[in-house]
Amino acid sequence: MGKTFAEKILAQKAGLAAVEPGQIVTVKPDLGMSHDNTAAIAKLFAKIGRKRVREPEKLVVILDHVVPAASVDYAQNHREIREFVREQGIRFYDVGRGVCHQVVVEEGLVGPGDLALGADSHTPTYGAVGAFSAGIGRSEMAAVWATGELWLKVPTTLRIELDGALPELVTPKDVILHVIGRLGADGALYRSVEFAGPLAGRMTVSDRMVIANMAAEMGAKNAFFAPDETTLSYLSARTDRTFAPVFPDPDAHYEGTVRFEVGELEPQVACPPDVDHVVPISEIAGKRVDQVVVGTCTNGRIEDLRLAAEVMAGRPVADGVRMLIVPASREVWLRAAEEGLLALFAEAGALVLNPGCGPCLGAHEGVLAAGEVCLATSNRNFRGRMGSPDAELYLGSPAVAAAAAATGKITDPRQLI
Amino acid sequence: MIVGRAWKYGDNVNTDVIFPGRYTYARMEPEEMAKHALEDLDPSFAREVKPGDVIVAGRNFGCGSSREQAATCLAAAGVGAVVAKGFARIFFRNAINSGLLVLEIPDAVDAIQSGDRVEIDTENGVLIHEGKRHPFPPLPDGVREILAAGGLIPYLRDRLAKEG
Repeated sequence: MGKTFAEKILAQKAGLAAVEPGQIVTVKPDLGMSHDNTAAIAKLFAKIGRKRVREPEKLVVILDHVVPAASVDYAQNHREIREFVREQGIRFYDVGRGVCHQVVVEEGLVGPGDLALGADSHTPTYGAVGAFSAGIGRSEMAAVWATGELWLKVPTTLRIELDGALPELVTPKDVILHVIGRLGADGALYRSVEFAGPLAGRMTVSDRMVIANMAAEMGAKNAFFAPDETTLSYLSARTDRTFAPVFPDPDAHYEGTVRFEVGELEPQVACPPDVDHVVPISEIAGKRVDQVVVGTCTNGRIEDLRLAAEVMAGRPVADGVRMLIVPASREVWLRAAEEGLLALFAEAGALVLNPGCGPCLGAHEGVLAAGEVCLATSNRNFRGRMGSPDAELYLGSPAVAAAAAATGKITDPRQLI
Repeated sequence: MIVGRAWKYGDNVNTDVIFPGRYTYARMEPEEMAKHALEDLDPSFAREVKPGDVIVAGRNFGCGSSREQAATCLAAAGVGAVVAKGFARIFFRNAINSGLLVLEIPDAVDAIQSGDRVEIDTENGVLIHEGKRHPFPPLPDGVREILAAGGLIPYLRDRLAKEG
């Protein structure tokens, strides 16, 4: 019987010949990532009784969640993190470099055959470049710092086959929202999810990141796209490392295989307060919006900004609407500036913010008041996620966001082109 | 033995309503975190919860963010256990690592209503509600050891101290 990607890579990282789903294994991760939570992890680490992290060269810290600091308390948090990474010799990216997941991929810090653990729930994003990556908690990251290892349960695997040609202005975001709507918020709970099929093979790294990122919203432990020429050419421009890709066996045993044909897919919108409350845009069109956000680790890449600009097509942001543009990284910000996109958004009346998580987690830079409605390209629409628990948050693609900004209501972007 | 009153909620109780993002990156001790427990779901919870009380919920409890405070705040509020039909994976790990007992007992969830008295006997693996016994499988040894130590951090401190 063949093995899935998760079974093969977890066996390898645990130093075992083979593992079975349900088995608990102790693995040595190749990368441990944390962000603004690093000071809190450092306090837990100190309580373990260790002075030095075991393998600083395997760690990275990226400040992104509340950047630049929005209060004295946040500033103190960042200051403690800067001191800690300096003392410990940990690779560090300060405020302004970008959202952690975008930076990890852009910097080529993970690739095919790597195992990464991150103290953030959207760590499955790195499956877009063929890595096994999963989110863990703060205590667990402190344990990785102290011991260089962590236990993981070998998951069963769900295979999702994507086929068909995406209609114009229908994007990978619409695909993954549709999948989550169909499978549910716990549809992939505890599972490894392998995305395959002809459409997955044609996708860019950016496209795959959108999908792997949001696999977390159906409970997945990790997501995986088989590394190919697309992956390797993306990484070869960014790192000199050589990778040892791991692929699932052709006769691997899957817990289930689900096939999605996207040729007729409409733009999709996730309605509050759950990511699996997904409807085709025709069912929610006309809903008034107060704020639109284009950005985040889900949809803040150059491809996303280009798409939003294409849909705006020179139209101004509608009266009474605030449009926030949050490039996912400095690289994206600079590229968007070079291409004239930032100026185009600003001229339309949008507010271009610094790279980072922006308002996605409800801490700063555009939180919502009670009764306000927002359409965002982010990954969560939970109650209170972007500010007041009495605000409404809808999720959609950059094309849907741009159409909402231009019209002041949720609108099928295909009506604007 | 855990004895307390039940607080019942539905499916997909996410970490943003358990511990809102507006506090997540503020520096805060567990006692302060407890004051915000379940703030965006049930503002009465943090005021009225008593040590040993049990949260009872449906599927996918703790979905969403990896923020460990979602578990820490409940443990610090004195919650004796969370009994659910299922847990999101990072929350499940965070709970054990915070010394918070988490149990999947679907039939008990259906039977228990808010305010009911619940007893949990971890030694014998049984939850007792209105005279009915709902057995649950014994916790794996590794999990039992971490819970007994009061969480992953004290567990590791003791283990590494022994290893020298």
